[in-house]
Amino acid sequence: MRLSGRGIRCVRGGREVFSGLDFEACSGEALAVIGANGSGKTSLLRMIAGLLAPAEGSISLEGGEPELTLSEQAHYLGHRDALKPALSVIENLAFWRDFLGGEASDAKESLSSVGLEHAAFLPAGYLSAGQRRRLSIARLLTIRRSIWLLDEPINALDVAGQSMFATLMDVHLARGGLIVAATHGSLGITARELPVAAFS
Amino acid sequence: MTALGALIGRDLKIALRVGGGALIGVLFFLTVVVLMPFAVGPDLALLTRLGPAILWLGALLASLLTLDRLFTADHDDGSLDLIVMGRTTLELACAAKALAHWLASGLPLVIATPVLGLLLNLDATSTSAVALTLLAGTPALTFIGMIGAALAVTLHRGGLLLAVLVLPLSIPVLIFGVAASEAAITGLSFGPPFSILCALSLISFVIGPFAAAASLRHGLD
Repeated sequence: MRLSGRGIRCVRGGREVFSGLDFEACSGEALAVIGANGSGKTSLLRMIAGLLAPAEGSISLEGGEPELTLSEQAHYLGHRDALKPALSVIENLAFWRDFLGGEASDAKESLSSVGLEHAAFLPAGYLSAGQRRRLSIARLLTIRRSIWLLDEPINALDVAGQSMFATLMDVHLARGGLIVAATHGSLGITARELPVAAFS
Repeated sequence: MTALGALIGRDLKIALRVGGGALIGVLFFLTVVVLMPFAVGPDLALLTRLGPAILWLGALLASLLTLDRLFTADHDDGSLDLIVMGRTTLELACAAKALAHWLASGLPLVIATPVLGLLLNLDATSTSAVALTLLAGTPALTFIGMIGAALAVTLHRGGLLLAVLVLPLSIPVLIFGVAASEAAITGLSFGPPFSILCALSLISFVIGPFAAAASLRHGLD
């Protein structure tokens, strides 16, 4: 499986953010998108996720499941957690498992891998920022998707949480997964750097 | 199917739990209808004549009031991104969301109608006629309103825009809903206006999900 982008140009609000960006990542490889604030890291991830159309250039996936589009084979972990405060932790997770479809594993098991099993029946509205992040990570584990698009995934995670997530990412890569992560700090895994430069 | 069932179940659960807002529409409907006899005065014949129109107006405004919640909540917390990316066809997901919204906020209006009919001096036949037309017509209001709700999400802060966009489209539903109720009360032929009302609902079931999904697909950023 090979994810590649050629000559991508990003325009936001009539202003060019970056242009002529090329990238390539294969199975088992992690790509760390780095750059200053406003340089277009999130925009690039949203383009790969199919949520934003590039002004120029193309993004393609080779060797994935032929009947599914790129965005249907990807997990997107954005700034916003996609959690409903009125639903309990396990209800939130079970909803995404049922809605997103595809190969899924036990929701309770993923909760215990991110250390949230004790809070399963707590309404998600009572979770702290770090716990919300952990719950979003549990979504990545419950539903199998080969491509993970992560937007500053370790924000709000404590030190133990960061090393837990690094282990989970390593397991995902070892299974032939692919990770593209926007980050300011270190992800804790071996990752190739992809600098995104802002035009001044 | 599991995916759509899960979406409908989740939206219903959220609407019915504390702070979900399923009751806002009914309470607004109740307020409008209860105030009307005080405004019009104690003329029973006049109230009976205005009754169906008042009930329909109240239901129309009540469903507009809750419509902007249809997509904004999912947009604000990022769920909409995942719904768009999901393996379920977006048109079907939109239809499922509209159905859940109607069950949580449209159906209660129909159920409240017989009680509110008493306040407007409507007899059993008239009340059931109005309730029947509302049952056939409120889904059209939700499914047409969904188009406005989807546009409002992508244009940011479009609450007022929603009302301006949706009102003209819902006028035919209002006309034929009231016409069918009046026909049942005055003994005119009930069939033709009621059939047109049902046809409007069926058209909205087809157009609404496609238009909303197209708006969401092109407007997300």
